[in-house]
Amino acid sequence: MKTKACFWENFTSVSIEFILPGLVFLPFSLYLLRQSRLTVSPYLKEFEAPDTLKYSQGIFSDSYKLTPKKFDYYAATSLDEALSLLQEKEDAKILAGGQSLLALMKLRLAAPQALIDITKIEDLSYVREERGYLAIGALTIHDLIEHNETIRKRFTLLADAASKIGDQQIRNRGTIGGSACHADPAADLPTALLAANAQFVIRGHSGQRVVPAEEFFVDTFTTAVQPNEVLTEIRIPEFPPKTGSGYIKHSRREGDFAIVGVGAVVTLADGNICKDVRIGLGSVAATPIRAKAAEDYLRGKPLDDKTIIEAAERGPQGADPPSDMHGSREYRLEMIKVFIKRTVKLALTRV
Amino acid sequence: MALQALKTGMLQVTCKINGKEYTGMAEPRTLLVHFLRDDLNLTGTHIGCDTGHCGACTIMFNGKALKSCMLLAVQAQGAEILTVEGLAQGDKLHPIQEAFWENHGLQCGYCTPGMLIAGLFLLQRNPDPTEEEIRRGIEGNLCRCTGYVNIVKSIKAAAKKMQELKAQSSQATPTPKSQ
Repeated sequence: MKTKACFWENFTSVSIEFILPGLVFLPFSLYLLRQSRLTVSPYLKEFEAPDTLKYSQGIFSDSYKLTPKKFDYYAATSLDEALSLLQEKEDAKILAGGQSLLALMKLRLAAPQALIDITKIEDLSYVREERGYLAIGALTIHDLIEHNETIRKRFTLLADAASKIGDQQIRNRGTIGGSACHADPAADLPTALLAANAQFVIRGHSGQRVVPAEEFFVDTFTTAVQPNEVLTEIRIPEFPPKTGSGYIKHSRREGDFAIVGVGAVVTLADGNICKDVRIGLGSVAATPIRAKAAEDYLRGKPLDDKTIIEAAERGPQGADPPSDMHGSREYRLEMIKVFIKRTVKLALTRV
Repeated sequence: MALQALKTGMLQVTCKINGKEYTGMAEPRTLLVHFLRDDLNLTGTHIGCDTGHCGACTIMFNGKALKSCMLLAVQAQGAEILTVEGLAQGDKLHPIQEAFWENHGLQCGYCTPGMLIAGLFLLQRNPDPTEEEIRRGIEGNLCRCTGYVNIVKSIKAAAKKMQELKAQSSQATPTPKSQ
């Protein structure tokens, strides 16, 4: 800490050790108070001051505001401009809908030096049918995905997932690309995208590359998108005929993050036999994961209740859920089974 | 120039709020709700939680209900905004405001500005919502007084009022009541 270091360097002042702690803290607390207008947050990270000091700032400041740390703001008008800004500016972050990023910044859990706002880039919000896949622009808001007819009919799990995100106001602003790049393991769309076998189109300076979902989510809050790249499009490969899909989120209240989120895509062969199945699990590991053991069990079997229950029992294999205030690890492992069962059944009703 | 960058300085923000043009200066990190309240003195929009949960700061931003604490002031550049101050026309309350009044849709009133705008967004899209749809439409707005029952009732009543008004104005086409 700076104040402490100053006393150390001018060490004659240290000879009166008895009152030293107070002497160190007096100027330090004055310094904190002076800062009070600008930096009021119980999550303040810059100073390792005791909690009482942190909160006291709020009492002394004339206006209590939860504000992000200072940053530079750039409104990019084209993708190329955004890319060159990303290259130029140090510690720059892309701002899409901002419904997660701004929340993190207000709590000082994130403090990028620059924000590059891409919401003004017009041609990144679309849902288009291409040959063999559905193309969704990275800036397409959740509300649009929830209500898009094509997605509701043929890629139902995405509409399911989008409709479960936060609340109406958040769905009006949050984007599919933002949700994917934020890569919160408890988020809904990443899990659904993994189950849908989505492909992610990432633009960099040297061109664009396409990354499959299984390589896209690298770790918690970490994706394959490099700091100087931008996610521009998400492609959902056309589901084969006789396919149904669904996403179910388990949370205590509407709008909360998932305790467990399950997305499933089921393709049937003749006579109720499972031809192919993909099950995505959210909120049970560092990234959304596939329930591979359950999938393997289901493939080639007739989909009756007994088989689905047997498969669901294998669901927790590979999951490593955390314990938190919303649910313990054991509870989550149990819920994986329950919700795999329900989601596969839901997907079946939509075949 | 497209690049509006001044090193950590203030940026000029010009936007249309309730039909009137406003210009102000804002730091990039200033939240839109703080800008509205502290710089433009539009204190009808409330701050309840600062973290995007309560919905008291809901405004209509380019026709969509958004939480103004989850937006930066600088993002409002060129935007068209409707806040609770813009609902009434002079002394004439907006039908949704009337409905809240008549159905006791508020007690302390803190969440009301957000409820009104969220309710209005719902009704613009779905003129005749069911109770379930209303409850889903205001799930992003917290109220600690009413238990939501009267708020839901109010929005239902507002839907009826607005439909009647619409029917009236479409009958009397020569004198359209613009709002």
